[in-house]
Amino acid sequence: MIEELLKFFGSPSNREMVLDALAEHTYLSLVPLLLGFLVALPIGRLAQRVYWLRGMLLGAANVFYTIPSLALYVLIPGLFGWPLLSSNNVVIALTIYTAALLVRPTLDALESVPGHVTAAATAMGYRTGRSFLTVELPLAVPAIASGVRVASVSSISLVSLGALIGTGGLGKLFTDGFQRWYPAQVLIGIVLTVLLALVVDLLLVGLWRLITPWTRAGGRVLPS
Amino acid sequence: MDARGRKGAPELIVNMIAWLADPAHWRGPEGVPAQMLLHLYYCVLSVGVAVVIAVPLGLYIGHTGRGGVFVVGVSNAMRALPTLGLVTALVMFLGLGVVPALAGLVILAVPAVLSGTHAGVRSVPTEAVDAARGMGMTPWQRLWQVELPNALPLLIGGVRSAMLQVVATAAVAAYVGLGGLGRILLGGLAVGEYDQMAVAALLIALLAVFLDGVLAALSRWVVPRGLVLANTATHDGS
Repeated sequence: MIEELLKFFGSPSNREMVLDALAEHTYLSLVPLLLGFLVALPIGRLAQRVYWLRGMLLGAANVFYTIPSLALYVLIPGLFGWPLLSSNNVVIALTIYTAALLVRPTLDALESVPGHVTAAATAMGYRTGRSFLTVELPLAVPAIASGVRVASVSSISLVSLGALIGTGGLGKLFTDGFQRWYPAQVLIGIVLTVLLALVVDLLLVGLWRLITPWTRAGGRVLPS
Repeated sequence: MDARGRKGAPELIVNMIAWLADPAHWRGPEGVPAQMLLHLYYCVLSVGVAVVIAVPLGLYIGHTGRGGVFVVGVSNAMRALPTLGLVTALVMFLGLGVVPALAGLVILAVPAVLSGTHAGVRSVPTEAVDAARGMGMTPWQRLWQVELPNALPLLIGGVRSAMLQVVATAAVAAYVGLGGLGRILLGGLAVGEYDQMAVAALLIALLAVFLDGVLAALSRWVVPRGLVLANTATHDGS
């Protein structure tokens, strides 16, 4: 097996192919993660503030969450008249998936901010927008973070499904390796996908720790 | 291949209806009904096997309270495994067949069912378990009569989420020579028939929505009434 691996990585064209696939996979999974988060945030906020819209927004999120990404990879190009292999298809499909996944955790996280904290912000003269950005959102981060971690792992694993219809990323190593009956290449693809998920997860955890220093400041600030 | 025409939604819908209206696409073992049933069969079988593996494990770990960290860690690591890679690798090592392809789908389904079951058992109020113990219930009785019924909403939530992932991914079975809606999709790709691919994608999406609805109904049916009442009471009270 080690021999196989050395042989595989001995070829410059293989090395280049793997690195390209890894870079493309990272792009195709992280861009939708960011976009999906940016879409879910205002929707979650809206669901929190406007009570009569809540059921509708959560229902819509649930329906979008139900639609398989692979189906969207295929249907989006037809609906917009784009090429089947455009990377936009994967980005849009996974953005929809991430946003749908994150609406509920975002709402729950915002709801979990203690009422006396927002009341204190109001009493200090904070307007709604400023209170949201500087008080409620930071306090909601830990609870949103667990949703984002689930979304990142799922997106990274869903990108490779696109290889079924020929879109890029590490999934190419699977289809190409299968057609050439080259198990080492498939195994490398699996290992790299899992490693990518692991590294992104660690980076996200690091990011949360960086932007929520008070959670480690000794004494618990938030009753969780 | 181009997504034919760059004309967008109206043309796509017309073409898909035309494809569906062709009776040749509905007949025989390669037709839509047969492949849809096969797809459904793969999904139910894989999720069923995952339930048989993950529910007892999740109940045991939740009941004893041991190994929770282990479960969360393993579930998260398993979630990262790409099913397409797993299935192609399994087929290369074990040969073509139903078992390696479905094994990949089972591995996809296990984490959701396991963490749903585990979270369900952990969510059972301590007072309920203590009351059961105080009434002299044996550990088995506690598990069957108190913990399992109380865990059902989250447990079925886990099964629902597993089913969604499996329906969405079962197309990989067709890649390694099995059937299902993936076969219609990949068949369309092979001959450059975009309309056929779009129809298959739509059918996969409809199947996902349908199965999710069935499991939601099942959940309402099997979750004990007392639990539903208790939940609505706390919900209205908040």
